[in-house]
Formats: sequence, C-alpha cells, structure tokens
Amino acid sequence: MDGMDDIISEFLVESYENLDQLDRDLVALEQAPGSRELLASVFRTIHTIKGTSGFLALSKLESVAHVGENLLAKLRDGVMAMDPVTADALLAMVDTIRALLGNLERDGAEGDLDVDPTVAQIKAVLDGTAKAAAPAAPAAPEPAVAAVAGVAPAAAPAKRRRAAKPAAAKAAAPAPAVAAAPAPAVEAVEERADEHDAETVEDAHEPAPAAVPAAAAAPAAAPAARSGADTDTHRRSAADSSIRVDVDVLDDLMRLTGELVLARNQILQQVGSLTDDLDLTRAAQRLNLIAGELQEGVMKTRMQPIDALWAKLPRVVRDLGATCGRQVRLDMVGRETELDRTLLEAVKDPLTHLVRNAVDHGIEAPADRVAAGKPREGVLRLAARHESGQVVVEVSDDGKGIDPAVIGASAVRKGVVTQAALDRMSPTDVLQLIFAPGFSTAAAVTNVSGRGVGMDVVKTNVEAIGGTIEVESVTGKGTTCRLRIPLTLAIMPALTVTCGGERYAVPQVNLQELVALDVDADPGLVEDVGGAPVYRLRGELLPLVHLSEVMGVKSEAAAGRLTVAVLASEGRRFGLVVDRVLNTEEIVVKALGNQLKSVGLFSGATILGDGAVALILDVQALARRALRSLAAERLDLSGGAHRDGDSTGTGERLLVAGIGGSGEVKRQIAIPLDMVTRLERVPASTVEVVGSREVVQYRGEILPIIRLDRYLGAYADATRTDLEVVVYADQRQGGRSVAIVVEEIVDVVDASTVVHSDIDDHGLLGSAVIGDRVTEMLDVRAAILSADPSFFSHIEADLALADQHASTLTEV
Amino acid sequence: MTATTTAVASRKAAAAAVPTTQLLTFELADHLYGIEVDQVQEVLRSQKVTRVPLHTDAIAGLINLRGEVVTAIDLRARLSLPARPEGQDAVNIVVRLRGESISLLVDSIADVLEVDDRSFEPVPDTLDGDVRDLLRGAYKTQGRLLLALDVDRAVTG
Repeated sequence: MDGMDDIISEFLVESYENLDQLDRDLVALEQAPGSRELLASVFRTIHTIKGTSGFLALSKLESVAHVGENLLAKLRDGVMAMDPVTADALLAMVDTIRALLGNLERDGAEGDLDVDPTVAQIKAVLDGTAKAAAPAAPAAPEPAVAAVAGVAPAAAPAKRRRAAKPAAAKAAAPAPAVAAAPAPAVEAVEERADEHDAETVEDAHEPAPAAVPAAAAAPAAAPAARSGADTDTHRRSAADSSIRVDVDVLDDLMRLTGELVLARNQILQQVGSLTDDLDLTRAAQRLNLIAGELQEGVMKTRMQPIDALWAKLPRVVRDLGATCGRQVRLDMVGRETELDRTLLEAVKDPLTHLVRNAVDHGIEAPADRVAAGKPREGVLRLAARHESGQVVVEVSDDGKGIDPAVIGASAVRKGVVTQAALDRMSPTDVLQLIFAPGFSTAAAVTNVSGRGVGMDVVKTNVEAIGGTIEVESVTGKGTTCRLRIPLTLAIMPALTVTCGGERYAVPQVNLQELVALDVDADPGLVEDVGGAPVYRLRGELLPLVHLSEVMGVKSEAAAGRLTVAVLASEGRRFGLVVDRVLNTEEIVVKALGNQLKSVGLFSGATILGDGAVALILDVQALARRALRSLAAERLDLSGGAHRDGDSTGTGERLLVAGIGGSGEVKRQIAIPLDMVTRLERVPASTVEVVGSREVVQYRGEILPIIRLDRYLGAYADATRTDLEVVVYADQRQGGRSVAIVVEEIVDVVDASTVVHSDIDDHGLLGSAVIGDRVTEMLDVRAAILSADPSFFSHIEADLALADQHASTLTEV
Repeated sequence: MTATTTAVASRKAAAAAVPTTQLLTFELADHLYGIEVDQVQEVLRSQKVTRVPLHTDAIAGLINLRGEVVTAIDLRARLSLPARPEGQDAVNIVVRLRGESISLLVDSIADVLEVDDRSFEPVPDTLDGDVRDLLRGAYKTQGRLLLALDVDRAVTG
C-alpha cells in the first residue's frame, strides 16, 4: 500500500501544480482564444490527469477529464472556437477535478462527489446546446459558483491554504474544544474576503456539499471549519508538503553552509586556544552544534533514496534473464538509503553494469544450477546501507562465483601481472584483478556485457567520485561486488599535511594508515629496489614517494625521520613521505582556476580552518605519475619486445646526462639520441628573460631554455658560468629549436643494455640502470612543451601521439 | 583621491563629447599601468598566498577571497620585470573574467583616471615581443606614459 500512497501523493502534487497553471491558461485563453500554444498546454495537462487517473482506477476523475479532453481536442483542432460558455465549462471541469483531488488527498478515495452535472455541462458545450446549459448549471453548486466567479478560481487554492493553515495551527496546540473558538474567526475573515472561496474551503474538506450554505454565518461555519482544521492537523496538504526548488539555489546554500562550517572551525580553533571565557566557549559550542545540524539539513535537501536508481533494475534483470536464459529473482534491501543526487547519477552506469554482469556471468543457466544442487532460480541481491559516513552498495549473486586461479592465469596470459607478482598475491587480491584495465572474464564476448565496457571502467567511474569497489567470491557459491560511495561530493574528510612549508589536503578515502619511520635509528628501514625507495610494511613492499620531490620543493622535515601516509588508489598502495601530519578536517572542495588545471596533481583547493588556502592532492594522479609499478612490471616482462614495438627500433641510443646536486649525488637523466640535435656550451650570462621564460640567442635564433634540474625538481648550484646545453631542433616544424640545460654530459649508451625499473616521476617515462647508476628516462616531449607550449604546431596530434606512445609503453 | 575625482568630474563635464576611458592605474617597477575600471571587481591589500608547486613563476599562488579560491598572478613575473623587493607587500586587483575571479598582484594602486581615447597609441615596436603581447597600447597622459594592460592575455598566457 505504501507504494500506492507514494504514487498518489506524487500524482496529487503534480496535478495541483498543473491545475494552477491550467487556471491561468484558461483565463488567458479567453483573452486570446486562438492561441494554439495555450490550448496545447491545457490539453496536455488534462490528458495527463486522465491517463494517470485511469491508471489509478479513479473513475470519476477519469470521466470528467475524459469529456474535458474531448472538448479541448476540438478546440485545439479548430473545430470549435473558445467562447465564454466554453470557458465556463472548462473552469467548471477544473474545479470538479480539484474537488476530487481534495477528497482523494484527505480520504484516499474520490468520495461521493457528484460529477455528472459537470460532465453534462461539458457535453452540452460539445453538442452545441450550451446556451441553455449555462444557466441550468446551478444544479451543480460548486462548479456553478466557479463559473460565475470567473477569475476567482485561480485565487482559490491560495486562499484555501491560507484558510486552512491558521486554523490548523491553532487547532494543533490546544484541545479540539478550544480550537473551535479561534477557527470561526479565521473562517469569518476569509468569508468576508470572498464568499465563494469560503465555500470552496468547505467543499474541499467536507464531501457533502450540503453541509454549509454559501452565505453561512460565522458560527454556523464553525463545526465544518473545525473538522477541516482537525483533518489538516493530521495531514498536510500534498501541495504544501513539498516544493520544487532550483538546484542552483540548493548548490548555493550548500556552498554557504560549507563556508559556515569553515568559519565555525576557525572560531572553534581560536576559542579553544585563546580564551577560557566560559560564555564564549558555550556560544562556540552551540554554534558548532547548529552549524553541524544545518549542514546535515542542507545536505538532506540533495539526498534521494537509492530506490530512484533501483526502480529500473527489475526490468533490466527480467529482460536480461530472458535473453540469457536465466531465472533470476531480484531482492532489494535498503531501498530507502539516501545519497546525494549527483552521486546517484554517477553510480547509475557502474551499478547497472554490475547487475548485468551478475546475471550474464554470475548466475548459471537453470540446468547447471540444478546439476550443482541449487534451486533453478538464481537470486540477485542488491543491498544498500549507510556505514561510517559512506554508502555501501552490494550486488551479490548466488551463482558460480569467480575462481582466483582462473583469474590469475588469465591475468598472466594477458600480461596484466607477472607470474612472480601473482604468486605473491593473496586470493582476494587476485580477484581484484578483474578491475585491471584490459581484463574481461567472459569466455565469449556476449551481447549483454563484455561490450568493451569492462570492469575497469566500472572501477574508474566509481573512483572518480571518490568511491571504492571490491569483489568477494566463493567458488560455486556466489560473488559480491561492494561499492563504497561518499555521502556527498561537496564536503569530504581529509588529512592535512605539510611539505616544504605549504599545507596539502589528502582525501581521507585514500588514506589507509600513517607510519613514522626513524631512519636514524635503523637506516635499513628504507631499502632500495631498482633505484626506488621502498619500505617493508608488515612484510609487503611499499614504494615510497617523496611529496617534496614530486612538488619540486625543499623538504623541511627533521632529518632522519620519515612521516609516511600510506595511500591506496586504483588498487595500488604507496607511501607518501610528507614533512609533517597536521590533523583531519572536513573540507569543502573548490575548483581550481583554469590556469592551474594543467598541473594535474591537484583535484582542487580548499580553505582551511584558519582561512588559508590548501591544495587537495589528487591521489590517483599522484600514484599514476609517481609510480607505475604495474606498468613497469609489464615492461619487465616484455623486456626487449618493448624495443621492437618502438618506432625507433632496437638500435636506440641514449644520451646520459647528470643534473642537480653537487659532486656524487647527481641524478642521471637519459635522453633518446634522436631527440638530440647538437650539444653546446653557452655562457650563463647570455641567458635572457622573455616574459616568464628564459631564452638564449644561438646561431641567430632565439631558443627557449628548459632547465632540467628545475623542471624535474632537482636544484643545482646556480653559480656556473657555462651551461651544458642539449639542443633539439624539430626539422618538421620549420627549424624551431629548444635548449635543454643539463649539469654535465655523462655518456652515450646503447638502449639494448637498459633494464627498466619500477619507478616513475614527474616528466619521466621510466627509469633504467645504466653503468650501475639509476638513470631516469626523460619525457622529452613533455619537457619541451613545458618551455614552449606551441612548439608542436599540430599540438593535438602530437599529444595524441604521445598518449599513444605512453599507452604502448604500458600495454606491451 | 577626492580631489582627483572632482578633477575627473570637471574634466568630464568640460569635454563631454570627447570619448574617454576610465582606467584603474597601478605601479609596477616604477611604471604606470592601467586596466579598464569595469573589469575590476575589487582591490585588496596583501593577502596570504598559498604557493602552487610545479608552476610558472607568474602564478603567485592561491588566495582566499571570502570563501572563493582565487588564482593570483604576479604581474611583475608576467611582464618579465624583476621580482618585487623583499618586504614590499603586493596589492591584489581582483578582476572578473568569463565568470572567474582572478587576482593580479601589483606594487601599488595609483588612481582612477579618465583618459582621452585620442591620446591612445598602439604599443611601440621597440618593446620586447612577449611583453608587447600583454599590452593593448599606451595613453600619453601628462608627464607619464600610461601602459594599458590586456587583462585577457595577461591572465591566460
């Protein structure tokens, strides 16, 4: 019955809105009888009401709407013309519909309102006998009044609400006996204002039209008014209990609430540290509570039950089951779980995909199920619940499950992981490989799932909104996919850290734990694997990424101690080394200006409790940029094959150069020799500054300068008199050139001797060990673009090429 | 300031027919620059700036403008001028461009001037190419050349 109630109340809200519009349209029609636009609008409204009432088995409503629609159709088609008599009939119809809706809202049924006079009146207009019908109309008391009043019905709903509300409000507090007293007064005022409307009030609340005569004195009206008031105390009118609000207004409210929360944090901090004034502390605490509740309330306005999404799934499952020859029962638990509207929209596709997958791949054909000793009918269970500030959505089936061994073998075959890496993985971790790019479990590509939209896309979509996804499975018993989605996108908990004097926010959803390492006491804590620092976290290797190096700033951490935030993204873990961990805060995410989007390491900015701006780290991008262990492992796997696939062939030679630091601790950078045109040495004094860039004059050309040490975040001593320069001239581009400044030229080596290791960094393609030293492979194209964004005139094409290049690197 | 405003008003009255432009003028390394008044949203004193790593010097960082995160562009760096001396606070001119607020860091605000459009001239060819792109031209005001900044380019460059 609940579902029916929902449908009816939705119908009521919608119809009341439509009727208000209809009143206006009809009156406007009288002024402009020929307006097809107005007629079409009126027709649509009545048609909708007719359709829905037929569906809901509201026969009286349907019959009125039906004749009304006939009349409107004739008007719309130009068979009949609009005249006052027609308008009266239509307005009478609107009032009858309104009265019926009123009954429906109060009693849940149409009541015993007689609709025949209205139907007869409209029919008379249709038959062309309306002239006589109009004066005869008083037989139907209420519609007639409306017809005489003309414009009045438009005002009726507003008046009705006003009349009902004060009465209801007064009746609510004291006992009903007392309520009777104030009610007549209200009623009297209303009646003086407009007798006809007063009658509408009575009619709306009292099914028997005879109860109150139109000109009833105030005392006589009292009982009726009281009954009306009593009814309203129990039930707000459908039109009053919900309003439509522009999403922009809500967004604004959301933003302001966010600001309020920030201001609150600021005040709480100040109060906590500066004062012991009890009153102020108390006020601050109250502010704290109120702001919290306000935030919750505003957030609620954007919330929708997940059922809005799930409602479509039974059909999907049914159709799919038929196509695949499966018998599936769909169970849904936690339909009422609410989450942010935008998030709801965002999880729609991933969720549908998971459901399709479960039906197509999870649940077996009936015969197979019986053979396995299961009931013919498979069960697909959707469950949603709130859990520690997140929404958890589970899609489970009782199908054949996923065998980790099969997944593992397939992953190795497809080059997703190496056999060695697979051997180290737990069965649960192996299952997560189905989310790896380019992995599909379907033995055959079917029409249903596996149409190129793999589980990796599901994962990407879920992670894009700050969610996570994991899969659990017991072979033969079934599979569960679990999505964790944040409640809302606008406000998120974050960890604030410092690095190089600036504060950064790390989304809490990516944070697993914090580790402090005392490297002084035990220098062996951080080991070196192929040139990349790693830490053994409970036996597992955790690659370490120094935030200061990624950002190209100087760390201000105390020497000998490392503060590591263990972050997880896209199924990979890494340790982010920061200077200091500050605290956790709820932050409001703000978009970055267009100028800063290109950096790509920040997902936004936020304003901290003290009003300062902090950048939010994009952990996904950080992980991608800082370590491509998976990709690197695949490079390991293919070894020379990578070279074969490369356009430069096996004979690629590399120029090895040193940058940064002094003496022994230089970093080695490798540049493909085909990206080197000349090597030069130029006096540092010839470097000139143009705009924000450095240039040098060279053989009659102006060359933009890239200082590799700055570009890669390795600072050198700036006191050199001569600069070692690698000149690259792009022949195709009409001889445009750039100068790449390095510290020293070390060597030229053959690329076939190169072994790639699992480290990657900003502006680098990978790394290798050359002459016992870890050498980083420069992404020359990116470096050039950083100095001269227009260097490649067909920049789009080149970027596409670069992307392709990058993807071939990872694919092989 | 008041004196200037009245001066502007009287001049305006005197030469109502002459097309004029109102410019907010500011100092940058001893040069006078101007941007059109209607592009300016507000002027703020020195704000705490959060640096953005991995970015050009021209982007000084981010500031908090009443809860809005605004990018601050250092016009000195943008115009290839020497860095602001230590201890000298920058002034923020917040401009609004395509729905986005952007702050321009300058040395100091000079005045709001009403300039005669006839005194306008394109940028002299002798100026450095990159900088020239960032200027619309120059107004020959009394005693001093007023360089008109092309805000759009200064911001997007």
